[in-house]
Order: sequence, then structure tokens, then C-alpha cells
Amino acid sequence: MPFLLIIIALLLCCGSVKAEKEYRKVQIAEPYIELHTGPGRGYPVFYVIDRGEWIQITKRRTDWFKVIAPNGQTGWTHQRQLELTLNPEGEQTRFEEVTQGEFIERRIEAGVLIGDFDGAQSITLYGGYSFTRNISAELSFMQAVGNFSSNVVTNINLLHQAFPEWHVSPYFALGIGNIKTTPRSTLVQAGDRSDLLAHAGIGAYAYISRRFALRAEYNRYVVFSSDDDNEDLKEWKLGLVTFF
Amino acid sequence: METRTSHFFLTSLLLIMTAIMLAFWQGNAQAASEDENPEQVIQPSIEREPMKPARIDTENFEAGFYIGILSIEDFGTNSVLGGRFAYHFSEDFFAEVNYAGSKGGTTSFEQLNGNVQLLTDEERELTYYNLSFGFNILPGEAFVGSGRAFHTALYIVGGIGSTEFAGDDRRTLNLGFGYRFIFNDWLAGHLDARDHIFDIDLLGSNKTTHNLEISTGLTVFF
Repeated sequence: MPFLLIIIALLLCCGSVKAEKEYRKVQIAEPYIELHTGPGRGYPVFYVIDRGEWIQITKRRTDWFKVIAPNGQTGWTHQRQLELTLNPEGEQTRFEEVTQGEFIERRIEAGVLIGDFDGAQSITLYGGYSFTRNISAELSFMQAVGNFSSNVVTNINLLHQAFPEWHVSPYFALGIGNIKTTPRSTLVQAGDRSDLLAHAGIGAYAYISRRFALRAEYNRYVVFSSDDDNEDLKEWKLGLVTFF
Repeated sequence: METRTSHFFLTSLLLIMTAIMLAFWQGNAQAASEDENPEQVIQPSIEREPMKPARIDTENFEAGFYIGILSIEDFGTNSVLGGRFAYHFSEDFFAEVNYAGSKGGTTSFEQLNGNVQLLTDEERELTYYNLSFGFNILPGEAFVGSGRAFHTALYIVGGIGSTEFAGDDRRTLNLGFGYRFIFNDWLAGHLDARDHIFDIDLLGSNKTTHNLEISTGLTVFF
């Protein structure tokens, strides 16, 4: 219960700490723009603002912008309409859209991938840092739940992207890590195991839009198990990457 | 008479010539000044500041918590408390991560046989996490009274994750739908119904269980 109260208190704080802000102003250059009652195409148009009027943009939700008309009327308008307005310098309004260029020059990235780890469903969470356009290092955590055991793999990877500027950019990865295996409690042979593992993999990034890219990967793992034989495991995964 | 005419003529000529010379001289002067400063005749006293547009507050993230009831197949119904984090890609699609905990009760079998315990207390603790995608299938407005309208959306959601229950992690599929009621610019309320589907092999054979959850929660857009 205290946990709940803290969350509620935090929520209330978030709302009240809103200082007076200076909003971005743009001038309407088309005959008019339409204001919708909500941030979606289906919300009705309830107001139009004429050419030459200055409007203030207060916030953005996905592709919709909340604007204030000169008479104080507020409503939502789509990015397409706002791009037809002029900024105070008389130029066409542009919003800081993230492009593939910024993806190529990214420093930090994080992502979630789902896939198959030798027959078990896997979910991977990772964070990475790019040293150059080509070379990056990553720390990843994967949980793979199978019929006989549950595995947690912690990995440190080194990635090399030979052609970062390609739209679909392939890479090569090498890594080492640790695999913790917990057998199903219903199986007789019990007891957790923790082993060293190494892997090599190939994959590709594909930039989608804004701050998102797709990533697909295929890995071969070698588990240096305490048994006599090393285990050889295969993994493929697909996921979504965001970057900064 | 003749002298008057010629005087008038001469005066006019003189005036015209003066006007032409003046115009020419002015033109020269202007040309000269243009040579000195080709851009502007008048130097503005105010330096033009480079415009830095004000940042627009982007609100595509949603975070919050939820409470509800979770029916764990064979193990009764208990309260569930969880956290939610979502990102809205567009007005239609969003991705969501949930993490929640609950506790299983006793099975009918255990209740009938007073001293039989299928699970330890620790094994009865249930925690799950999932990664889901959602689609706002019916966005709309709800009217409260005659003067107030709120944005709402009915959404469907589905994804995968893992549930830890009865001593094991179990891969879990979740499917459901929900209703988002947006109170103001930053606060939203949710009503959610989910089915968490996972296999359990506790009673010998593997069986697929459907674990229904109904919850209500609050989220903040930021």
C-alpha cells in the first residue's frame, strides 16, 4: 500500500510542476487550417484558423499537435497541415524529424528482440554504445523459456557494421557471456547450472522511421559446459531498436 | 516681346539643364554610395538574432500502474498489482511492457485433502512480464454531462512474455482488450481484460491454462 501511495503522490507532482512556457509560434500560410477536438483523424473539426494568423504549438502526440489560436481556442491539428505554415523568419515550418542520418551517427541504442533459442522462446533486452559508425559494444540479457528448462543468458557483444549507410545494414557479432540454466522443477534431475558461453552471429539493421529500426540476428553459441561435451546452440531473433 | 520669349526659353533651358545635371549628379552620388555599401542603404541598428524555435513537448510515452484480479486456473482468484509502460508509435499503434505480481490460492484437491500441499508458499507467488503490441480499434469521445468531452479508445492488445509460477518460468501468450479514458492532457484511466495463456505440467501431463485478468489502472503521458 505505501508503494501505491508513493506512486499516486508522484503522479500528482508530475501534474503540478508545470511552469509557464514559451511555445513555438507559426503563421498560417494556407487559406486556413482545421482544428480537431482530439489527436486523431476521426475527431471532428470544430474550428478553422485563417491565413495570416499566428498560432502557438503546445504539445505533440504522435503526428498530432495541440495548438492555441489567437483567440485562445485550443485544438489538435495534423503535422501535414502544420508543415504548410511559416515560422517567424518567414520560412516553411519544419519539425526536427529524425532521419537515417542520425541512425548512422547514433551513440546509444537499446532494443527488445524476441525469437527462438534452440527451441525455447526467447526475449532479449539490450543496450549498446557505438564507438565509431562501424563498431559498437553491447550488453544483453536474454530469458529463454523451454519445455525442460529456463535459461538466462548475459552477454557482452562486439558488433561490426561494414556498411552503416546502407538501408539494410548487415553486421557481424562476437560475444562471450554466461548462461544460467534452471531445469523444470518437475524433472528429476534438478539443480541450477551456470556455464560460460561464447557466440558468433550475423544480422542486419533496417531503419524504419523516427527513432526506430528493425534488427534481425542469427547466432551460434558454444556452451563450455561442465559435462564432457560442449553444447552447440542456435538462436534467431527479431526486434525493435531505438537510438539516441 | 521677342526678348521676353527668348528669356522664357533660356530660363526653361537653364532649369531643364540644372534638373538634368542635378539628376545626373544624384545618380552618380547614389552609384558611388552603392559602390561603398552594396547591400543596404540604411544600416539597421538592431542585430538580427538567430531564431531558435521553442521545443515542442512530445508526449508519446505512457507509464503507470494497475490493480485488479487474476484468476489462476486451479488455484483460485487473487488480487494482482502491476506496472505498465507504453510507447505510442502513431495514433493507431502502440507497444507495451507489463510487469505484475499475484499469488495463487489452494486447489480444490488441496482443500478436500486437508494436509496435502502441492506447492510451497514461495511457489504460489506468481509474477509475469510481457511485451505486447496494441491497436486502438475504436477511438472516440465520451460525453460526461452536456459540457464535457473526453478522449477514449477501445484497444486490442496481444503479446508474449514469461510467467513465473509453481517454481518455473512459463512462456506466456497474452491476448486482451482495454478501454483508455483520457482525463486531461497527461492522465489516463484504463480498464483492461487479459487472458494469460501458459502451459503447466504440475499435475502430471502438460495442460494449457487460461488465466483471466481484469484490472483498472492509471497512466501518465509524458
